[in-house]
Amino acid sequence: MTMEEKTLFTVAVFAENHVGLMNQLSIILTRRCINMESISASRCSIPDVSKVTFTCYSDRPTMDKIVKQIERRIDVLRAFLYTDDDLVYQEVALYKVPTARLLDEEHLEEIIRCHGARILEITRDNTIIEKTGHSDETEALFEELKRYDIRQFVRSGRVAITKSPVEHVDRFLREQEDRRMRVNEI
Amino acid sequence: MEKKITGAEALIKSLIAEGVDRVFGYPGGAIIPVYDKLYDYTDSLTHVLVRHEQGAIHAAQGYARVSGRTGVVIVTSGPAATNVMTGLSDAMMDSTPLVVITGQVYASLLGSDAFQETDVVGITQPITKWAIQVRKAEDIPSVVARAFHIANTGRPGPVVIDIAKNAQTDMVDDKPYHKCSYIRSYIPMPDIPEADLRRAADIINAAERPMLISGHGVMISGAENALLEMAEKADIPVATTLLGLSTIPSAHRLNKGLVGMHGNIGPNWNTNRADVIVAVGMRFDDRVTGDVRRYAPQARIVHIDIDASEFNKNIPAVATIHGDARHALEGLLPMIRPKRHDKWLASFDRCEHIEYEQVERLALGEGAPSDGPLCMGEVARKVSEAAGPDGVLVTDVGQNQLLSARYFNYCKPRSIITSGGLGTMGFGLPAAIGAKMAAPERPVCIFCGDGGFQMTMQELGTIMQYGTAVKIIILNNDYLGNVRQWQAMFYDNRFSQTPMVNPDFIAIARAYGIEAENVERRDELEPAIRRMMDCTGPYLLNVRVDERDMVFPMTPGGEAVDYILLDENTVYSDKDNQ
Ligand SMILES: Cc1ncc(C[n+]2csc(CCOP(=O)(O)OP(=O)(O)O)c2C)c(N)n1
Ligand SMILES: [Mg+2]
Repeated sequence: MTMEEKTLFTVAVFAENHVGLMNQLSIILTRRCINMESISASRCSIPDVSKVTFTCYSDRPTMDKIVKQIERRIDVLRAFLYTDDDLVYQEVALYKVPTARLLDEEHLEEIIRCHGARILEITRDNTIIEKTGHSDETEALFEELKRYDIRQFVRSGRVAITKSPVEHVDRFLREQEDRRMRVNEI
Repeated sequence: MEKKITGAEALIKSLIAEGVDRVFGYPGGAIIPVYDKLYDYTDSLTHVLVRHEQGAIHAAQGYARVSGRTGVVIVTSGPAATNVMTGLSDAMMDSTPLVVITGQVYASLLGSDAFQETDVVGITQPITKWAIQVRKAEDIPSVVARAFHIANTGRPGPVVIDIAKNAQTDMVDDKPYHKCSYIRSYIPMPDIPEADLRRAADIINAAERPMLISGHGVMISGAENALLEMAEKADIPVATTLLGLSTIPSAHRLNKGLVGMHGNIGPNWNTNRADVIVAVGMRFDDRVTGDVRRYAPQARIVHIDIDASEFNKNIPAVATIHGDARHALEGLLPMIRPKRHDKWLASFDRCEHIEYEQVERLALGEGAPSDGPLCMGEVARKVSEAAGPDGVLVTDVGQNQLLSARYFNYCKPRSIITSGGLGTMGFGLPAAIGAKMAAPERPVCIFCGDGGFQMTMQELGTIMQYGTAVKIIILNNDYLGNVRQWQAMFYDNRFSQTPMVNPDFIAIARAYGIEAENVERRDELEPAIRRMMDCTGPYLLNVRVDERDMVFPMTPGGEAVDYILLDENTVYSDKDNQ
């Protein structure tokens, strides 16, 4: 299958924060020879639950199977599959550019302003610029800054929040709590 | 104040509290503290010392599969842990409940390439249901409790507990043990929505040509009676997968045999003629489906499974029931309307008749000269008859497996133990040891090839040590027969690396104090079987079979499920049976 036929999917995994969680996720992708395009992990609004968000290119049937195989792991509470329309999402990019080159530029202020970027640090040698946005936006700034000789560039994994009115993980935890009570009664 | 015990003792007390009375294992440096404590608990916990860790895990698998209880393995770190990988993978594929305890180096040495350190959790995560490392003694009881809960609920599977040596020697409070029955991130027994049952029932009730496929899940959940009731009520023919064999008695009028590559004609042919297929506790393995695009395109498929990741993985279903097979079938039963399907059932009879004439008569040696060489199928049938209704068939892998599984008669559940998903040569002999230990009252017969037997024949030592009365039948063709069959059919008779020069198996058995005899001719078979069954201890028959024999019927890989070879040159077809 060519890249063109594939879609960028976002998978959000809610799991217990146990050692080896990342390995458990990555082996499911390894088996199908799928690469993660980006990944981020952090705590979430639910106590003791980690949220891992990763993106990858694939097709819907494959991704449906992958998500079910992820959910099947004992340490995973729930896993969800999204496309960009379902989400509000952001990535952070940092650029390190030689200060001397920037100072020669008359449009610097305009560039920073129109890209909604900001300067985090300036030293005699280097300037560090930060931009938050979607990949195409951070990519566009990269293209713009290229002529100043970018020394370092890095972009974070995607962080995403669903637009949906339903909080599925909260509901899952409530149902599980009922189950726990039932089990204890027996 | 509570008494203090070592982590090793806490482990053993936890196992006993879980109802474990037997473990399979092999000692070593990183697990010595546990073995030291075992010495104090020999009254309540029997340890079976195998000859190779692979033998320990396969024995635990046999034990678990014949009894439904969780098999327990204890081994040391490093090479011992890597020696159980094949069994873990096998148990994962075949949904077998195991708790495998591996020793590990001191927590302070982890990551330093210490002597016999292996990243056990890292390498077992892809082939286990759950894998966890314990670095502190006080964590042992709660981890053991979780491990047993996970291993033998939901879709069963193997769990690994990797215990650092310091956690075995450190002291902990001797607290009362609490079993685990709830894990926040895990739903072992999903509630089945009434609407899902209703939907499935409507499809089944509307069917003209329905077929049930009974898989391993039926056995695991104890759904055999519910399955049979449903089949009888709606007059539905039942086929089984390889691991579903013995979920319905061989002799039952609705049992239409085995599906898959070496299955029976009827269920394979009619897979592509049924209007509804109800698949229960099975996963549409490629050995079952053949080419998925040509698998039952005309049928509406109802899929019942406890593992939601099996739905639509290989074959799309129009209705799914996510839950325990027994609950699902018991829930469906009152919704199913009585029906007759005489014409549909007759179509299976047609297939059966042709299969008998063109395949089985040969395989069973009917009409063959009494001084001639034997066929694998007839050996299996004769042993099965001698073993009686309680007989348990354990198989290795290869032609011996396919033919013994086919021609053994099953009278009650949990009567076959075979490596289905992984197809592990060397599985059989140790699995039979475990099965016999779990079910000492049942005759346990292990069929293996000359190749597979030699992969784990060191376990004859275990049989000798414990006097385990397994009946070993080597179907000896001096070939890696299954590979030879493919070479004969698809590789122009180029028998590359399949002929085997074999040792004197009788001498080997006798060296272990096991009675043994050769069977060369047809007329020697029955008396030899009788001597084997009459013997109270273990027994080995080395049965000479013809290397040219092949397993038929056969649907070659990648073909449609109803492309069925009856022999090398004959494809089954029947214009009047469509
Ligand atoms: C561990 C392992 N190695 C290789 C294979 C591939 N394989 C499948 S069947 C077979 C031949 C088995 O020969 P034998 O045990 O003599 O049984 P036969 O088919 O002759 O009955 C081989 C090599 C396997 N299934 N497992
Ligand atoms: Mg052989």
